[in-house]
Amino acid sequence: MFVTVSAVILVAIAMGLVRAFRGPTLYDRVMAANMIGTLTVLMVSVLGFMAGRPEFLDIALVYVLISFVSTIAVLRVVATRDRTTRAGEE
Amino acid sequence: MDSVLDVLSWICLSGGAIFLLVGAIGVLRFPDFYTRLHAVSVCDTMGAGLVLVGLMLQGGLSLVTVKLLLMFYFMIFTGPTAVHALAQAALQGKLEPVVDDREP
Repeated sequence: MFVTVSAVILVAIAMGLVRAFRGPTLYDRVMAANMIGTLTVLMVSVLGFMAGRPEFLDIALVYVLISFVSTIAVLRVVATRDRTTRAGEE
Repeated sequence: MDSVLDVLSWICLSGGAIFLLVGAIGVLRFPDFYTRLHAVSVCDTMGAGLVLVGLMLQGGLSLVTVKLLLMFYFMIFTGPTAVHALAQAALQGKLEPVVDDREP
């Protein structure tokens, strides 16, 4: 059963990767990265249960926070870059 | 008792897997950014929540469940925040939503 769930998660990650490559906008790529982050957290915790080593949950716990911070950081970079380029045009 | 918990956790895990799959299909197939964002939040809240609850039922009363609960808590707060920030950034970046403006 854990194997089935992790296979489904892998399929979902593959679909997210396809969206990240296809684009079309930068926001789609950030969104796909965010989704892949969430799925990775789930994958790590399911793998921990599958291997009988729940210590993996610590890694997953840290990964939740890192993936959130990375999404916000990329958005900040994009926002400030847009503002500076727009200010440069005027 | 043990088998009841097992069955419940399998139900939660497979329900979560179905939600994850549906969300991923939505991300792949929906026509514009804002609709795809909706599919991502299905993945983030319902899929992740159900999978984590299923794992909690497997873990029983232990430190494992506390860690899973903490992850659940963080995900419930960070997921919608990240999606909201994305939508806000896309709107400020002048990304137009696709609107159906035919007369009803």
